[in-house]
Amino acid sequence: MSSNDGIKKTLIVAFSLCIVCSVVVSTAAVVLKPVQEVNKTLDRKRNILAAAGMLEQGVSVETQFEQVESRIVDLRTGKFTDEVDPKTFDARKAAKDPSMSETLSAEADIAKIKRRGDYAEVYLVSSASGDLEKIILPVHGYGLWSTLYGYMALESDLNTVIGLGFAEHGETPGLGGEVDNPSWKAKWPGKKVYKDGEVELGLIKGTVDPSSANAAWQVDGLSGATLTSNGVSNLVQFWLGEQGYQPFIENLKAGEA
Amino acid sequence: MSEVKETLTQPILRNNPIALQILGICSALAVTTSLQVTVVMCIALTSVTAFSNLFISIIRKHIPGSIRIIVQMTVIASLVIVVDQVLKAYAYEISKQLSVFVGLIITNCIVMGRAEAYAMKNPPIPSFLDGIGNGLGYSVVLLVVGFFRELFGAGKLFGYQVLPVVTEGGWYNPNGLMLLAPSAFFLIGLFIWALRSWDKSQVEAPDYKIAKHTAVEEAA
Repeated sequence: MSSNDGIKKTLIVAFSLCIVCSVVVSTAAVVLKPVQEVNKTLDRKRNILAAAGMLEQGVSVETQFEQVESRIVDLRTGKFTDEVDPKTFDARKAAKDPSMSETLSAEADIAKIKRRGDYAEVYLVSSASGDLEKIILPVHGYGLWSTLYGYMALESDLNTVIGLGFAEHGETPGLGGEVDNPSWKAKWPGKKVYKDGEVELGLIKGTVDPSSANAAWQVDGLSGATLTSNGVSNLVQFWLGEQGYQPFIENLKAGEA
Repeated sequence: MSEVKETLTQPILRNNPIALQILGICSALAVTTSLQVTVVMCIALTSVTAFSNLFISIIRKHIPGSIRIIVQMTVIASLVIVVDQVLKAYAYEISKQLSVFVGLIITNCIVMGRAEAYAMKNPPIPSFLDGIGNGLGYSVVLLVVGFFRELFGAGKLFGYQVLPVVTEGGWYNPNGLMLLAPSAFFLIGLFIWALRSWDKSQVEAPDYKIAKHTAVEEAA
C-alpha cells in the first residue's frame, strides 16, 4: 500500500480518474440530450394548456396542443411578426442575446429581469369560426431566490384572467413555493387586469375582501412569502404593462395586430 | 453461496442502514410522500450504491490513502449525474418531483459509508452485492414509510385512490401531517422500535443512566 502514497502515483490516479469520470458524465449528457429536449417541450406545452385551463387527463398533450396556435410578437411595435420562426425561437436565449433584446433601465425593470427580449412567443386559441377565445402569454420575473417562469392566460376580452401557472421556479417549498398550490391558483380566474388603462392586478397582504371595490383586481398574497408575492405582482405589472404586452393587447383589441 | 446470501440480506433487517446505522435519514423524509416517487428514489440509490461499490472495489488497490475520500466522492458524483440524466430522459415527471434529492444522493451517507467501510477492503463482486443489499435495506424503510404516508396522507397508493377522501365525496378525512416531513420521523422511529423489539441484539446500551432518587435522610 505504501507505494500508492507517492506523489507521482497520487497524481496519476487523480488525473486518470478525473478523465474517466468526465468522459462517462459527458457521454451520458450528450447521448440523452435529445430525449430530454422532447420531455422539456412536452412539459412546456402541458404548462401552457394548464394555465389556460384546457389540460385534460388521458389525452395526449400533443393532440391537445393542436388547437393552440403559436405566433411571435414584436414587443417594440406590439404587432405580430414573421421575422422569427416560432419553431426555432428560444425565448430564453433571445432575451440574453444583445441583438434581440434591450437592457431595461432600473426604474422600468420592476420584475428585475435586466433584459427584455424584443420578441415573445404568444399562444392563441381560436374557436371554429376563427374568433380569438383565449390568449396565453409567457411571463417571468424575479421572486425571492429565483426567476419564476410562467404563463398567464386571458379571456377574449383581453382583460379577464383565465389562469396563471408557473412552470419553473426555485422559491422556498411551503412558503413561496405555494405559487404551485392549486387552491391559490384557483383564486386567479375571473380577476381583471386593467383599470382605466393601467395594470391594477396584483397580490395584496392577507385575504381579499370580496365587498371591496377593488376586489376584482386583487389576489390573496402568499402568507409567509412577502418577497415572492411582491415578485409575482411585479412580474404581472411588468409583462401586462407598457414594457410588456400592453401595446400588443391594445393593437389586438383594435384589430391592428 | 451462503456468504453471498448473507451480504445481500444482512443489511435488510439485521444491519439496516437507516434503522441501525441511522444513515440517510434526510432523503427518507423528503421523498416518501408518494410511493411512486419513493420507488424511483430507491432504485436510483440502490444502483448508485451498488455501482460505486463495484468501481471503488475494482480500483481499491490503487487508491492512495491520502486522497481516498475524494476519489470515492468523484466516482459517486459521476454515477449520480448519470442517474440524474437518465431520469430526466426517461422519467421526467418523477425527476421533477425528486428535484434536488437525486443530486443529493452524492451526500447520502449510505453510499459513502459502504464505499469506505466495505468496498475499500473487499473484492468487486461481494462489494457490488453489499451495495445492492444496503440499497434494499434503505428501500425497505422508505417503502414502509411511503406506504403509510401516502395511504393516510392522501388516501392513495401508487396514485390510485384506496380510501375515498371527503373532498371527493368519500368518507376518509386525510391526515395532512402525514404529508409533512415530521411524520416520517415518527414512522421511522416506530419502525426502529418494532425492529428492535423483534431483534433485541440491535438495542444499544444507554449512554447515561438516570441515578436513583436520593433518600430524604441521606440528603439531609
